[in-house]
Amino acid sequence: MEITLPVIILALPLFMFLLLGLTGMKMSHKAAGWLGCLGMGTVLVLSYITAFTYYFSGSADFIDPATHTRLQYIVFEQTWLQFTPNLAIKLGFLLDPISAMMLIVIPTISFLVHVYSLGYMEGEKGFQRYYAFLSLFTFSMLGLVVATNIFQMYIFWELVGASSFLLIGFFYTLPSAISACKKAFIVTRFADLGFLIGILVLSFYTQQLDFLPMTQNPQGVLASMGGATFMGASVLTWALVLIFTGGMGKSAMLPLHIWLPDAMEGPTPVSALIHAATMVVAGVYLVARLFPLYMLEDAALTFVTVVGAATAFYAAVVACTQIDIKRILAFSTISQIAFMMVSLGVASRHNVAIHEGLGYMASMFHLFTHAMFKALLFLGAGALIHAVHSNNYTAMGGLRKYMPITHWTFLIGCLAIAGIFPFAGFFSKDEILTACFANHWFWGVWMMMVAAMTAFYMFRMYFLVFWWDEPDYAAKVKEAEAHGHHAAMPHDGPLPMSLPLLILAAVSTVAGFISFGEFVTFDGHEYHIHIDLTVASCSMGIAILSICFAGWLYMKKNDKPTRMADSCRWLWTAALHRFYWDEIYLFVTRRIIFDGICKPIAWFDRHIIDGTMDGFAYVTNAASNAIKGLQSGKVQLYLLWYLAGAVLLGAITAICLL
Amino acid sequence: MESLGSQIIYWIIAAVIVVCSVLTVTTRKILRAATYLLFVLFATAAIYFKLDYEFLGTVQIAVYAGGIVVLFVFAILLTTRPGDNSQLLESRKRTIGALGALCAAGLTGWALFSRCADLFTSLPAMSNPTMQTIGQAMLGSGYEQYLLPFEAISVLLLACIIGGVVVARKR
Amino acid sequence: MDITILCYLIPALVMFCCGVYGFMTRRNMIAMLISLELMLNAVDLNFVLFNRYLYPGSNEGWFFTLFGIAIAAAETALAIAIIVNLFHASKNIDVRDVAHMKH
Repeated sequence: MEITLPVIILALPLFMFLLLGLTGMKMSHKAAGWLGCLGMGTVLVLSYITAFTYYFSGSADFIDPATHTRLQYIVFEQTWLQFTPNLAIKLGFLLDPISAMMLIVIPTISFLVHVYSLGYMEGEKGFQRYYAFLSLFTFSMLGLVVATNIFQMYIFWELVGASSFLLIGFFYTLPSAISACKKAFIVTRFADLGFLIGILVLSFYTQQLDFLPMTQNPQGVLASMGGATFMGASVLTWALVLIFTGGMGKSAMLPLHIWLPDAMEGPTPVSALIHAATMVVAGVYLVARLFPLYMLEDAALTFVTVVGAATAFYAAVVACTQIDIKRILAFSTISQIAFMMVSLGVASRHNVAIHEGLGYMASMFHLFTHAMFKALLFLGAGALIHAVHSNNYTAMGGLRKYMPITHWTFLIGCLAIAGIFPFAGFFSKDEILTACFANHWFWGVWMMMVAAMTAFYMFRMYFLVFWWDEPDYAAKVKEAEAHGHHAAMPHDGPLPMSLPLLILAAVSTVAGFISFGEFVTFDGHEYHIHIDLTVASCSMGIAILSICFAGWLYMKKNDKPTRMADSCRWLWTAALHRFYWDEIYLFVTRRIIFDGICKPIAWFDRHIIDGTMDGFAYVTNAASNAIKGLQSGKVQLYLLWYLAGAVLLGAITAICLL
Repeated sequence: MESLGSQIIYWIIAAVIVVCSVLTVTTRKILRAATYLLFVLFATAAIYFKLDYEFLGTVQIAVYAGGIVVLFVFAILLTTRPGDNSQLLESRKRTIGALGALCAAGLTGWALFSRCADLFTSLPAMSNPTMQTIGQAMLGSGYEQYLLPFEAISVLLLACIIGGVVVARKR
Repeated sequence: MDITILCYLIPALVMFCCGVYGFMTRRNMIAMLISLELMLNAVDLNFVLFNRYLYPGSNEGWFFTLFGIAIAAAETALAIAIIVNLFHASKNIDVRDVAHMKH
């Protein structure tokens, strides 16, 4: 394959970032926006060409003609830093089933978000900066998914973290946005520390940073580990768990999930792109990328499963109580990513033989469909916020009459995430549940319960926003106009906002029919998806029941929800406060780390160490003050002192000689 | 034992040195101080002659008396108006100066008298250094020959000439 | 009476001490310079005396004096140039006034 296209795919967003970042202030909003969209559109076309070439060309580079196995193909690779003959940091472009899939997902969502932002961000201060950051993010994310070695991945991993930080803090005049972006950055950086240590451990024992030798010959890697152990677990387990810690931070797994709900302070399209569709699934992608290694370590995979399952349940419970629609979507994202994690976790060696890596395939499938319908939901939420100027569902209600496009697309998104046939989420979620049942019935039941809750909270939000009771929008408009503000009744967004919604709704409807197993599987062999009717009917039945329950509670205004909440008040309150995770973190950081450790150290530093230095300085200062008169510039005085010294020396000599 | 004439000359020289030195630093007229300095320098040259260093005495007169003192006189005439007296000294400063000088004198004198037995030897015989010896010593580079200091001094004098011109030049 | 080295050293000592006294008490810079010459001259004299009395026939001491005279000449010339220049600047050559120049 020619290397021109892949190079352009990476270089163009970077170029757009530099162009818009450096010269953006000289452009009009419109020019910058269209330029950004044009650049991203080009990237989109090129990525599609690359990905389709990979999947459909049938070239011997990409697919083994004899066994019909999809191959991993390095388009180009440059050595950047050479440490030892077999330990080098390289930068390159890897094409394999999952990176090609991401080459479709990322530019698609990014392009639609670019277009959507033309309408959503219209007239905002720093519009050009916003587009520059979007380009930077796209560049970083593409670099991450095509990484040929774990260190390149780490570099771009940090870059997406940085661009996420910049975009969350886009409204930098709001204190809440500033603290949210700091929180996101610090929490993910903290997790990345584990990632880095994991990389170092792994590369120390395997003398290897490249993915290909690791994934194509995992047994060899294991052999070079030499069975080293640390604190009862093998070094490989440690390395994989530490690397997974990085993924936990990025993908907002318990207990490092606290940054994601706050990250909703960023502009809504950013939430759709970064904090729903692409960046937050980087953790899943990381585990998938190193999956052959994880498969060798049951302990690490079990860890992934447990963390994922706990997170999925926790986030689903919290999502049932939130008021802010973006936060509901944020927790739903956490929950859905946890689905993918669990799916990877249950695809262990023992049932890989039976199910040919079903969990792995299901996870990637869900990643793909989730990106589409979650972006749709976020963009829909953006349209709602754009219309009513509030994030809370309490300010909404009955909007189906005013915003038909948003309503229908949002409904499709909700159906997709709830897993209703024939929408996309049904297929991917069904595969996940099948994989879970194949591993152990407990995981299957557990995840099915979470799936039911997913349907419930999504439709709770849907009914509260589009049905329920209608606030007096006309009165609000009148009040706003009385204060001299421009206001209008809620209405659908302009064309740039509606178009992406329609496109994503269409994709969410049909994406499930893609025979995904043909393209992305764990070992490259084709896998035919066959729907397990028992699981499918069970999960869909439960989902429909949940939807009906949500409809019964929230379709019309009534006091059933309040009574229900009152009946188990403590649970409701705890869930509303997200089970006090933030408070726990605050307690640990403030009371234990700050008060218990940092303050004594600061006191020691200020009083003992600084005091010593101040003492030295004071003594020196005082001494110089005392003797500075001697340096008077008067030669005669100098002679006097000289003479006094000479006489003294003479006197001493004389006394000694006597 | 020296001849009587020699002794008389010695006493005259010593008296001139002591008296003129004291007068140099105590007179209030600066031009007079320069003049007394000239006498001291002459007396010193006389000692050199008396100790058989004719060349050194000549240099002393030519450079010191003929060059430096003339320079002083010119400088004085340039920088003082006629009839200027230096101000009376503060008594404190005078006391400190006198004390310092006396201390130095006392200590050195004590050291001279009490410690140096060699000081009481009489003048040993010596043939005058001839002009040839001096020339070879100046321009040779062997033992007791001083070509290098000679050249260094030449450069120093050149630097001084240039420096003097640059510093004193009117801007 | 035998004229020993001591007989010469005493006047030299007096000359030196006068120089010290003058240097410390004078305010006029030229007068200070004159005192300096006195001290230098006393030291030169010492070199010659010790050479003559203790190492007759040797050249080191009095050649040192020879070079000392040359250096004294150079130093004086330069010092006087500076003093004249200062006088142009401040119409005064009192050391106390010169001290103000450092500010």
